[in-house]
Amino acid sequence: MSINVNGAPVALPQDPRMSLLDLLREQEHLSGTKKGCNQGACGACTILVNGERILSCLALAVQYDGQEITTIEGLGSADDLHPIQRAFVQHDGFQCGYCTPGQICSAVGMIAELQRGVPSHVTDDLSDEAIAFSQEEVRERMSGNLCRCGAYNGIIDAITESVAEVAQ
Amino acid sequence: MTPFTYHRAATASEAAQHAGAAGKYLGGGTNLVDLMRETIERPASLIDVTGLDSAIAEQPDGGLLIGAAARNTAVAEHRLVRDRYPLLARAIVAGASAQIRNMATVGGNLLQRTRCLYFYDVDGARCNKRAPGEGCDAIGGLNRNHAILGASDACIATHPSDMCVALAALDAVVHVQGVDGARAIAFTDFHRLPEDRPDVETLLRPGELITGIALPPMAFARRSTYRKVRDRASYAFALVSVAAALDMEDGRIADVRLALGGVAHKPWRATRAEAALRGQPASAALFLDAARAELADARPLRDNGFKVELAQRTIVAVLTQLMEEA
Amino acid sequence: MSLIESGKALAQGLMQGAMAKAVALAPDSWIPGGEPDPLIRHQHGSIGKPVSRIDGPLKVAGAAPFAAEFPMADMVYAAIAYSSVARGRIASLDVAAAEAAPGVVLVMSHHNAPRLKPAPLFMSDPKAAAGDSIPVMQDDAICWNGQPIAVVLAATQEQADHAKSLIRVTYEAEAADTDFEAAIAAGTKPSQFMGQPLHDKLGDAEKALAKAPVSIEADYRTPRHNHNPIELHAVTLAWDGDTLRIHDAQQAVAHSAWTLAQVFDLQPEQILITSPYVGGGFGSKTLWQHHIIAAAAARMAQRPVRLMLTREGVYRTVGGRSLTQQHVALGAEEDGMLTALIHRGVTAKTAHNVMPEPFILPTRSAYAARTMLLDVQQVELDMISNTFMRAPGEAVGTFALECAMDELAEKLGMDPIDLRLRNEPEKDPISGLPFSSRHIAQAWRDGAARFGWDARSAVPAARREGEWLVGLGCATATYPYYRMPGGAARITLSREGEATIDIAAHEMGMGTSTAQTQVAAERLGLPMERIRFNYGDSTLPGLVLAGGSQQTASIGAAVIAAYNKLVAELLALAGNDSPLAGLKPDEVGSQDGGLAKLDDPSRHESYASILNRAQRAAISVEAEPPQPLETMHWSMHSHGAMFCEARVNVVTGEPRVTRFLGSFDCGRILNPKTAASQFRGGIIMGLGLALMEETQFDERSGRIMNPSLAEYHVPVHMDVPEIDVMWTDIPDPHTPMGARGIGEIGITGTGAAVANAIYNATGKRVRDLPITLDKLL
Ligand SMILES: Cc1cc2nc3c(=O)[nH]c(=O)nc-3n(C[C@H](O)[C@H](O)[C@H](O)COP(=O)(O)OP(=O)(O)OC[C@H]3O[C@@H](n4cnc5c(N)ncnc54)[C@H](O)[C@@H]3O)c2cc1C
Ligand code: SF4
Ligand code: FES
Ligand code: FES
Repeated sequence: MSINVNGAPVALPQDPRMSLLDLLREQEHLSGTKKGCNQGACGACTILVNGERILSCLALAVQYDGQEITTIEGLGSADDLHPIQRAFVQHDGFQCGYCTPGQICSAVGMIAELQRGVPSHVTDDLSDEAIAFSQEEVRERMSGNLCRCGAYNGIIDAITESVAEVAQ
Repeated sequence: MTPFTYHRAATASEAAQHAGAAGKYLGGGTNLVDLMRETIERPASLIDVTGLDSAIAEQPDGGLLIGAAARNTAVAEHRLVRDRYPLLARAIVAGASAQIRNMATVGGNLLQRTRCLYFYDVDGARCNKRAPGEGCDAIGGLNRNHAILGASDACIATHPSDMCVALAALDAVVHVQGVDGARAIAFTDFHRLPEDRPDVETLLRPGELITGIALPPMAFARRSTYRKVRDRASYAFALVSVAAALDMEDGRIADVRLALGGVAHKPWRATRAEAALRGQPASAALFLDAARAELADARPLRDNGFKVELAQRTIVAVLTQLMEEA
Repeated sequence: MSLIESGKALAQGLMQGAMAKAVALAPDSWIPGGEPDPLIRHQHGSIGKPVSRIDGPLKVAGAAPFAAEFPMADMVYAAIAYSSVARGRIASLDVAAAEAAPGVVLVMSHHNAPRLKPAPLFMSDPKAAAGDSIPVMQDDAICWNGQPIAVVLAATQEQADHAKSLIRVTYEAEAADTDFEAAIAAGTKPSQFMGQPLHDKLGDAEKALAKAPVSIEADYRTPRHNHNPIELHAVTLAWDGDTLRIHDAQQAVAHSAWTLAQVFDLQPEQILITSPYVGGGFGSKTLWQHHIIAAAAARMAQRPVRLMLTREGVYRTVGGRSLTQQHVALGAEEDGMLTALIHRGVTAKTAHNVMPEPFILPTRSAYAARTMLLDVQQVELDMISNTFMRAPGEAVGTFALECAMDELAEKLGMDPIDLRLRNEPEKDPISGLPFSSRHIAQAWRDGAARFGWDARSAVPAARREGEWLVGLGCATATYPYYRMPGGAARITLSREGEATIDIAAHEMGMGTSTAQTQVAAERLGLPMERIRFNYGDSTLPGLVLAGGSQQTASIGAAVIAAYNKLVAELLALAGNDSPLAGLKPDEVGSQDGGLAKLDDPSRHESYASILNRAQRAAISVEAEPPQPLETMHWSMHSHGAMFCEARVNVVTGEPRVTRFLGSFDCGRILNPKTAASQFRGGIIMGLGLALMEETQFDERSGRIMNPSLAEYHVPVHMDVPEIDVMWTDIPDPHTPMGARGIGEIGITGTGAAVANAIYNATGKRVRDLPITLDKLL
């Protein structure tokens, strides 16, 4: 029984109460994934499971046996940043940096959803196959990621700049 | 969290066998895990049902059968749902956040519990839903988010789901399976009003598993929508929401489906308004009369009186929009 | 007493009157900032460049370690149980089941907690940092609903949480004061803030109001707020003998170390607090009971402890902003000149803190009213001790004042900007001091042009787009320049031409480390890569609170002091063989990695050369800046002109902000990139204050009922439009670098700008926050 975290197998916890978030932070010391509420209400714990963004605080680790997990550490490192990470630095898409890994993982998942044509609350026409990229679409789709420092403008700018590169 | 055992079910009947009285089914966990952390839920065992049927299948009659394990996002993005039941897709994407919708299952969404502040406060508040007979601190307390319709002296909580409001409007049917076999429950009967047992929220029998949701064919649901009114522009529960489908023929309302969210202990099918609308020539005045009829029995509390006016206005606006699109 | 010493006492709020007058009347040159910081003249260096955050790569990679992320061997996890009554005593506390639960190492409560001294309350001593003065688990008394009553330590967080839920407690509850209105009815008392009465009087305002040709009066209400930084308050700590090492989320490392030392009866050096990264603070990340609980429990258990408060725990044990009821009355001549300005009201605090929300602060220096009456009354409630939250006083005070100005402008038939400019004071109306630098009129003019203010209809509810009523509103933002006493800094310069600045300051996202690196590079004449800025460590020099938007000034002044000392020592080392021989410190400045004569740069010697000749590997100096007398000599304030476009849905009443511009006059901007983020962040918190934020307090029980980010609404992406910011960039001649703080001003004025825009959109004047749709239906 194990899950794959950033390409490496990780043993599932003995205690089924352990969340994926605590598994990452406390067992694996992958503390890039943040805990901001443990209530599913802030998005700081966002990670990618098989490419889909989820909240790791509401995920029991045992439930993810055999799944592929990507965390912020799997996207890029400080010396070798992922394009979207670079864009966050460039556009000052953060201040304290605590919500940031969640915002970035969420953005990666969001771009995939957009490409797949998943509609959102602000999508006008549900019959559209492809969803046009717009600031409004991105703002709505990123609304599950709170930023109390209020770096929202910079985050949207960073995503806007890197969307083409990431979408490839 | 109280300790529990975890089991991943391979089939529905196996899941039902495992559940027993003290077990709970685990969908995406987005509500259950939170409630377990608050010790509001203390199951002895969890039976993971996310591996069960998640297919979204077209039925011979043109309806859809949605497996209970289908994720909310999967339902909202499904081509047939978007084309034939746009109000359902709209209701789903109006709820929670993208991350939560990616996790949440259809079965779990039906059974998510109220966001009543006092229900959540295990240590500090009395709640008949958590501890039957204890009393209800929401009555006489902070009740801006509470029910205006169908509440009781025992409980004034609302059901928080958006998706369920659309399902109530669509005459959906809930398929369930227990150790004694399978049965189907009309969606509008599935959730209960609180009466004197607010702890019993649905007609599910102990241990029964939701296996799927059937949407009957409803041609006119192609013209349908969902409107949600909330305190922030996204990622907030509904204060009031309206799901509606409108069938117009020569300026007359041939048929209509209308349901409200945020107003009652269950997704509220607006049968009175529907009756007032059916067969009548569509007009703003008619919409208002129908909305008023639906809210006639509303019993506002200290903080939520605005919902009466808000619900009426939102009903009128949604019907007007659908009429104009016709 | 020397001027310096009395200045110290003054700055700490311990003395007023005669000495303040002496400082006010002293010649400029005796006052810090009397001689402008030479850096103000540097126009093309690293100051003012939009440098990306130097800690950016670490943060976006998730590699910046926060308090709860430091591993420690053998560490245990903590979970806290909280009281559910507001006042009384614990009648019984049964922890047997918790102690017997798997993994549990310790259950600590008042039954077994070590004897601890009370924590010195914030502002009771210059170094004190505790949010409340209530003894921690020393007896059975309950003082608020949510007070920690027990803590469990266990091998895993899951085990600790579960064991905590097994604790059984009963109370003997006593009648508690939790109802604001009832407390007001029972009588209010005058308030003090930082040792000064919150009461000002200029002439007879009530009489002037009665005689005023035009007047308005209105009551405004603001609710409780919580800071809600996304990082939960957390510590990872361990004892090594009698030394306590804490990885903390702190905005007052040195204060907190000192305060904890008092609690545990140790020397301040025995408490080592580091806090390199802080996931937002906004006033909340000072010293609270969880620090003491974790430290005491770790000592009992002889194990390192990680304590991360739950989100509920933060609401229960870390105070927020208190509620206010404000009355504003304005009297004016027909031409708009204010003849009377009354701003008074009531706020709630506790018996265990000294923090009445000082909502009249922004009014003191706002307008040239002929008469004024400003007054804050207080009542004491049994609740979690409220505290500083971003722009305490100004955030909610400007809501009342600036809405009232809008109401008056309408009554006068004047443009609200004109009304404000008409009442622009020549000198500080209350203190009579000259302004150090005030260019608010320019901020208004530039902002109005950029925003398109002239498109505003003076008649409300005149513009409709589809279902939306659209309106424009404006308000003045303001926040004072502060510099608190106690700063100090160390500069170490190596033979390799690298400089290290050490100061116990903080980086919580304000961009401090980046901006201060830019400043140090400029001051020392070195490239930024040669500067290392060390902060967030209680063992470093200085007592620097990250609060009151004062860090920039405080660090700036401390570094200037250390720099001056460094120059003197370098000149002494340079000796007679140097091109600098014979020059005095005030004749030289830094340039190209060395010192040069100011008016003859050819007389230059590099640091490396000076140190080499002196056979020194490095030189290190430490100094303290002079006491902050400047704020008693000048009236020092930042300002902003805030513009908002709001929309209100005619069907649902939903209010949304669709455009916002902040035009600021905050002195020199050190880094436009990070500064813009600070302004925007403040404004966004102001949008929250205007439209959605409220800590829901059940007045029957005194309990906070929405201790959750799902139920306490802060703005999400979708609530926030593109926010435009601009600034005058005019240096304040009397502050370090010409800069004034920028962290808090954004939240001020924003609430009123939104409310005024909503009024312009709808004709509905909402005077109690937040402006939710039910108030607009
Ligand atoms: C911050 C936040 C905001 C939210 N906002 C919204 C919102 O705006 N609108 C909205 O509609 N919802 C909202 N939600 C709720 C969310 O939609 C629900 O939590 C989710 O739909 C539940 O699905 P799940 O699969 O995760 O259920 P789980 O949490 O796994 O389970 C919920 C319940 O269903 C039971 N269950 C699950 N599957 C089955 C089955 N097949 N048969 C029988 N019982 C089953 C479980 O035992 C449990 O009792 C929000 C949630 C959060 C945390
Ligand atoms: S309204 Fe219902 S859920 Fe809320 S406290 Fe009362 S009984 Fe409990
Ligand atoms: S920590 Fe998971 S959503 Fe906040
Ligand atoms: S950067 Fe601080 S919370 Fe987003």
